[in-house]
Amino acid sequence: MERRRSQRYLLIPLLFFLLARCAPAGPPAPGTSISITNVGSDTMVNLALAWAEAYNDLHPEVSISVTGGGSGTGIAALINGSTHIANASREMMEEEISEARARGIEPIAHVVALDAIAVVVNPHNPVDGLSIPQISDVYTGQIVNWRQLGGENRPIVLASRESNSGTYVYFLETVVRQNDPDSSALFSPDALLLPSSEIIGLEVATNPNAIGYDGLGYVTPEQKTLGVAVNLASPFVAPTIETVRDGTYPIARPLYMYTAGEPTGAIKEYLDWIVSEDGQRIVAELGFVPLSAS
Amino acid sequence: MPKKTRDLNWREFFIEQLIRVMGVSAIALVLLIFLFLVREGVPGLFEVPLSNLLGQRWYPTFGIYGFLPLILGSLLVTIGAIALSLPLGLAAAIFMREIAPNSVREVLKPSIEIIAGIPSVVIGFIGIQVVSPLVRQFSGAPTGLTALTGVLLLAYMALPTIISIAEDALDAIPDSYRHAAYALSATQWQTIWRVVLPAARPGIITAVMLGVGRAIGETMTVMMVTGNAARIPLGLDAFLRPVRTMTATIAAEMGEVARGSTHYHVLFVVGLALFVLTFVINLAAALSIFRERRGGGGRFLA
Repeated sequence: MERRRSQRYLLIPLLFFLLARCAPAGPPAPGTSISITNVGSDTMVNLALAWAEAYNDLHPEVSISVTGGGSGTGIAALINGSTHIANASREMMEEEISEARARGIEPIAHVVALDAIAVVVNPHNPVDGLSIPQISDVYTGQIVNWRQLGGENRPIVLASRESNSGTYVYFLETVVRQNDPDSSALFSPDALLLPSSEIIGLEVATNPNAIGYDGLGYVTPEQKTLGVAVNLASPFVAPTIETVRDGTYPIARPLYMYTAGEPTGAIKEYLDWIVSEDGQRIVAELGFVPLSAS
Repeated sequence: MPKKTRDLNWREFFIEQLIRVMGVSAIALVLLIFLFLVREGVPGLFEVPLSNLLGQRWYPTFGIYGFLPLILGSLLVTIGAIALSLPLGLAAAIFMREIAPNSVREVLKPSIEIIAGIPSVVIGFIGIQVVSPLVRQFSGAPTGLTALTGVLLLAYMALPTIISIAEDALDAIPDSYRHAAYALSATQWQTIWRVVLPAARPGIITAVMLGVGRAIGETMTVMMVTGNAARIPLGLDAFLRPVRTMTATIAAEMGEVARGSTHYHVLFVVGLALFVLTFVINLAAALSIFRERRGGGGRFLA
């Protein structure tokens, strides 16, 4: 009985959302249970779930529903008022912000964690560091042998995520295209598009020819992380919590949660908890980089 | 008495209709699936120019939808798998039905059929962990995630189907054929090769077709072991290079694609191509069996 009743309370706000999708998400009505919806980035979906579960343990009256779908999906949901919080592994674009303003929503960005993309090779590979232009040439297929990078005479096998992955797009824009918006460089057609981080890890761990990239949290001890330099003249920087925080590691990005207007009530409490020490501990457990302790 | 017969008639009628409905619905379902694919795929044909669709590069995130490499990838892996599993499977079936003693056969058949029950994700996992490093070491290819790895695993997965159906086909040949051959002082090999196998040909073709269906439709295993690089798999080393199949493409991309977008429609075009491809293969097989029945059947009677 008890259980069923609480489920019904969950359903009511949900129904409101379905009926009034264009209304901006207001503060949740006072009641025995509060529900917060949280849609967006697939990179962040595990992190958001872990936060939601831990927070629900602390505050059983708050239930948070987390859905993936990609950063764009989350931002679109925020703009049309169907979610309280949008997860995004990128900043909102100009067009998205003006669209939100046209609907009377002022999107507020909250940086909730940092994410570094590690470039990994087999532990037997003697190469220790690469510059971004070199990595770009490798992934576009212009450099095809490790010898050209000071390594052994071996062909280079490119391991990449599938094209729908946010990490793929981020790596393409930041590394392959070197942040040049006019660049139309693409991954070499020979690049292996692997369906999961685990399979990238396996290929890199077992194949001395392979190079791969993935979120720092997915790097296992059987893979060697390369130092990355901005250009040939600058020093190699290994991805660590410190280098990501001080911005010296070049392939790192903040992860955002967007709200419509300044958050209030339960949503504000939830976001405050996320950036608190407890919330940031979960960030580290999942292999992302926590925000510097404030 | 008459009441009972009426009851029986009723039941008879009911069962007959039930079977009819099931038979018709099997065909209707295939038709509905086809219509669904057409409905979701046809917008893609209008949104994307044909020259783009028939191109050689597949970068769906950037509006480049050439799915020729995917078709060739599926064909390469399937043809390779059947070329490997047909001789093996047929030999195993002949051994089991014609040569092995009954006791061996009773152990072999169920154990081979167990292979069919291994989930494809498990086979894919074995492929990554065991087969792919072996392929890389023995072939000298840069990576073990190649078409060949897919071929080996798919051949293994198609084997139980081919063996089981081919064995049934051999089993269906009356012993009188064999006795007649022996009576003409044919050896066991001559009997198998010249009498039993030709007589069982339609059944063996069915076995191959089902094996082809298993191989071309397999998704999880190929997605895990073939590397999924959408390159045109032509040239001598095609088997030692990665390929991307149609099934793996649909599986990898459908989950993330926005409903109703061009990419979504194009994925249905790929599905449609896969459907048409399997349909044509099956049709060709059915026609060859049909011809066999009309032309070849008389040979034994004459």
